[in-house]
Amino acid sequence: MIPAAFDYIRPASLDEACHVLDDAGEEAKVLAGGQSLLPLLRLRLAYPAALVDLGRLPGLRRVEDRGDHVFIGALTTHDEVLRSPVVRGHVPLVALAAATVADPAVRHRGTFGGSLAHADPAGDLPAVALALDCVFVARSAGGEREIPAAEFFVDYLEPALRPGEVLLGVRVPKLGEGWGFHYEKFHRTAQAWAVVGVAAAVRTVGGSIEEARIGLTNMGPTPVRARAVEAALRGVTPARPNGNGAAGGSRDPLRDACGEAAEGTAPPVDLHARPDYRRHLARVLTYRAVRAAGA
Amino acid sequence: MTEQLDAGLVARQIAESGRLGAPDGGHEVGRARRRKEDARLITGRTTWTDNIQLPGMLYVAFLRSPMAHARITRVDVSAARAQPGVVAAYSGRDVAGEQGSLPCAWPVSEDVVIPDHPPMAVDEVRYVGEAVACVVATDRYRAADALESIEVDYEPLEAVLDMTEALAEGGPKVHETGNQAFTWKFSGGDIEAAFRDAPVVIDRTYVQQRLIPTAMEPRAVVATTDGGAFTLYSATQIPHVLRVMLALTTGIPEHRLRVIAPDVGGGFGSKLQVTAEEVLCLLLTRRLGKPVKWTESRSEGNMTVHHGRDQIQRISVAADRDGRIRGVRVDLLADMGAYLMLVTPGIPILGAFMYNGIYKMDAYDFTCTGVFTTKMPTDAYRGAGRPEATFAIERAVDELAHELNLDPIEVRRRNWITHQEFPYTTIAGLTYDSGNYEAATDRALALFGYDKLRAEQADRRDRRDPVQLGIGVSTYTEMCGLAPSRVLGSLSYGAGGWEHATVRMLPTGKVEVVTGTSPHGQGHETAWSQIVADALGVPFDDVSVLHGDTAIAPRGMDTYGSRSLVVGGVAVLRACEKVRDKARNLAAHLLEAAPGDIEFAAGEFRVRGTSEGRTIQELALAAFAAHDLPEGFEPRLDADATFDPENFSFPHGTHLCAVEVDTETGAVRIRSYVAVDDVGSVVNPLIVEGQVHGGIAQGIAQALFEEAVYDTEGNLLTTTMADYLIPSAADLPEFVTDRTETPATSNPLGVKGVGEAGTIASTPAVVNAIVDALRPYGVRDVAMPCTPERIWRALGGDGAAAGWAGPTEPEGGAR
Ligand SMILES: Cc1cc2nc3c(=O)[nH]c(=O)nc-3n(C[C@H](O)[C@H](O)[C@H](O)COP(=O)(O)OP(=O)(O)OC[C@H]3O[C@@H](n4cnc5c(N)ncnc54)[C@H](O)[C@@H]3O)c2cc1C
Repeated sequence: MIPAAFDYIRPASLDEACHVLDDAGEEAKVLAGGQSLLPLLRLRLAYPAALVDLGRLPGLRRVEDRGDHVFIGALTTHDEVLRSPVVRGHVPLVALAAATVADPAVRHRGTFGGSLAHADPAGDLPAVALALDCVFVARSAGGEREIPAAEFFVDYLEPALRPGEVLLGVRVPKLGEGWGFHYEKFHRTAQAWAVVGVAAAVRTVGGSIEEARIGLTNMGPTPVRARAVEAALRGVTPARPNGNGAAGGSRDPLRDACGEAAEGTAPPVDLHARPDYRRHLARVLTYRAVRAAGA
Repeated sequence: MTEQLDAGLVARQIAESGRLGAPDGGHEVGRARRRKEDARLITGRTTWTDNIQLPGMLYVAFLRSPMAHARITRVDVSAARAQPGVVAAYSGRDVAGEQGSLPCAWPVSEDVVIPDHPPMAVDEVRYVGEAVACVVATDRYRAADALESIEVDYEPLEAVLDMTEALAEGGPKVHETGNQAFTWKFSGGDIEAAFRDAPVVIDRTYVQQRLIPTAMEPRAVVATTDGGAFTLYSATQIPHVLRVMLALTTGIPEHRLRVIAPDVGGGFGSKLQVTAEEVLCLLLTRRLGKPVKWTESRSEGNMTVHHGRDQIQRISVAADRDGRIRGVRVDLLADMGAYLMLVTPGIPILGAFMYNGIYKMDAYDFTCTGVFTTKMPTDAYRGAGRPEATFAIERAVDELAHELNLDPIEVRRRNWITHQEFPYTTIAGLTYDSGNYEAATDRALALFGYDKLRAEQADRRDRRDPVQLGIGVSTYTEMCGLAPSRVLGSLSYGAGGWEHATVRMLPTGKVEVVTGTSPHGQGHETAWSQIVADALGVPFDDVSVLHGDTAIAPRGMDTYGSRSLVVGGVAVLRACEKVRDKARNLAAHLLEAAPGDIEFAAGEFRVRGTSEGRTIQELALAAFAAHDLPEGFEPRLDADATFDPENFSFPHGTHLCAVEVDTETGAVRIRSYVAVDDVGSVVNPLIVEGQVHGGIAQGIAQALFEEAVYDTEGNLLTTTMADYLIPSAADLPEFVTDRTETPATSNPLGVKGVGEAGTIASTPAVVNAIVDALRPYGVRDVAMPCTPERIWRALGGDGAAAGWAGPTEPEGGAR
């Protein structure tokens, strides 16, 4: 539980950070809240030669209302995100998911950008970013570029960031009127990672689902945009729930549609669940998430 | 949760329930005193072993085996020795001549095999995590870095992971002698007769999964020497036992070895051990002449702190149609792991006398086979043997109730020892001195709202509610307060079970208590102060308690087995009584009265019927001054006492648990939990409450969350707390607790141990509740921990027939 030796650099400006990273190439790692990176170092699963600590960079720790979207700076902590009135007001799904991350201690250190840049399919925010079609803004010595969420999560713990690139923040589109949101996380203890999580944004008109966006946590090597179930949900008029939140005797078309939730996923095996159970959970939790999102 | 768990609130609740001693009534015993040690423990302004810094100190790191079973063909530490800051590096072979063998103090049977257990493996490794080499460096970071340059060649041998396979002929062997560590049999009554023609036989197999004790403070060791004498600081529960065992193991003469347990952050049995790291740190300081320190990481601890439980229990209960139990037969396989550590083989034996629980029966038969596997050795873990026994009997009694279509409480009533029958000698040969199972159960049922919950359960079943309700019962007793030395001797244990105390009045009237118990979170400083305050009539704050250092507290048997109060607390009381007698003699002398005419009350000795008197503080000063003492009176007011109980103590109680099981996901939520415990007389209700809460949490953890998992190669998979799940307050319900108080008759305080009761009671209550919820679906058992996935599979969720939209329909009529 003691990391191997590494150099530590704390740049004072973004330019300096990009410069340092450019020089160091693949040897260096960006350090934000350290809540994912430090455990890897301590278990000696990663051996970076240098850590470039972004912690003192000005300007990356903020939330801004920018009209059609909300910009969340990469260094904004989970706790700041979930308390932000702008986030709560305009992109509540982000706040709902951030509130389920770990525990207060981790939420005060861990950052929004770090969670996404870590590209852990078990993280709660990647699925949200996918479901909301966020846009990632990255910067390197070579300049700034935008990466759509659909292209950001390349593989397990592998984001589309190039060596030397710093994630500046994320544009989270406001979805406008008529949308409801929910993040349904299934985990074994309050502090634990999701066994499966479902991020749902649902627009209903007159009791029918017009559009649904579903992101899945921990259902494959990357977070998953569950297109099949989105298609199946379109136009569905859910049965009126009985007192238990479950549909009564007759078949609920919403339940049938949610049967598609695990299509195209490749869920992992770990100590907490095997794939068939995860697929089952994806269906049940999608149903619950869509219901809770207002359908 | 509707209320936060908070000491103030608990104190208020207890005060409101009328169980708080009157604050000014002079009685400290019974008062919900806040613990005097807590401020320093909670803020960390204290000495934990890892805080100790000695001049010139070096740091030790261990290279551990990545193989479950292998021959070591080569260890090369030369590259490590060349690393910056490295002072020394050794393989097991380098220390083979002096490291000796780690002790097992409980050779339970004639046939027990105690294999050689080198602290660092020399020729063969037998579990993942076994130390194979070590580095000593100028700081802990360099020590950790240098481990990576040690080269070890292993010739893999087959891992032995499954107890049943381990016992089969011809398989791979953990030790040359084979995989059977011992067999142990015990019986009472005619078991054949009990089972012959029995109208009902319940025959079940339960698995006690392997658990990893998770103390807040990881293990840590500091060893130092001045060339002649040695001091070992260790985060241990057993400084006294450790000193004796280390002297025997290392050859360091006992009088040259001082062992100190500074403040210790929890143990739960895991620090009731003589560890490889303790022995090796002593050897290293001896070799290098400098102080050395080793502190384990959590992952290292998960691998190499001795594990707990890991038994396969076959239990058969023979009964009559009316539910009367005729006999119980138990056949146990107990996983020892790779070696027998301090009390490894004794753990299942501590359960042997408890499978009959609180019930009367004609016959009982117990067989245990200890099995070696290539895993971390098992040993004491909170409850040690009794949780396993209680689980099996309480699960089986619920099964019996179901089989006979009787309420589980009713079956228990028909079998338990009634309060008029105490003292009662059980079929297992123990004499339960006191108890009142009826009272505890009635109180628990009332607090729980049993009938209402049963009605709700029936309603949910009728409605086919996807969330089903289950009710679990556990009426437990346990044997604790280890232990009468005679009994321990008869069970082949290596030592006695007495406890020692010294009480001394200082010249200014303050009191120092020296105790042989070794608190590591239990609050002895507070409880012992309360006992002394009442016995000597001094203010609570005038008492301080010294412990945990063999140079300060030279005699003791330490803390485990819920023994500290029932044995050590009684020793403190006895010592106070002797001090009082001395003080009385001195008072009589000074007041020119006969000792028989001196009365003692509220700290003052008075001549009966007069206002002439001396306070105990005045007498302490008079003894110190020694100007005017009775003939032969030594100038001090102090006394030693040793207490060796004549019997165990037998706390009991009734725990009731209601769970909601989400049949769509398999998730379990504890809806309510009621615990009514009878731990005899209570010295400090707040401490009792704390022990009960923590104990229940740990028992629930076994039922729902914790499991040490090895893969098919013998690698431990649960090395981090992301994989080895322990619950926090957020995962637990509010516990509703209450007590009945049936004083123990085996000690003058009337107390029974409380340290393990909650853990022993709660696991079966939770699992019984889960199975109760799922009975309509044909579920008879769910393996622990009852994870959502396991419950989903038990419900047939993975079967071809089951759609995703819920489990198979209930099998018609409920219970
Ligand atoms: C006990 C515990 C429980 C947790 N539980 C959960 C949970 O339930 N759900 C959940 O979602 N998360 C959980 N986490 C992870 C937590 O959310 C982390 O905060 C998050 O994963 C990483 O954020 P960070 O700021 O700590 O990043 P770091 O650990 O500092 O970095 C993580 C990775 O991202 C890279 N990186 C970070 N910032 C940038 C940037 N601006 N530009 C480029 N690369 C960057 C780093 O180089 C590194 O590779 C848990 C963590 C802990 C310790």
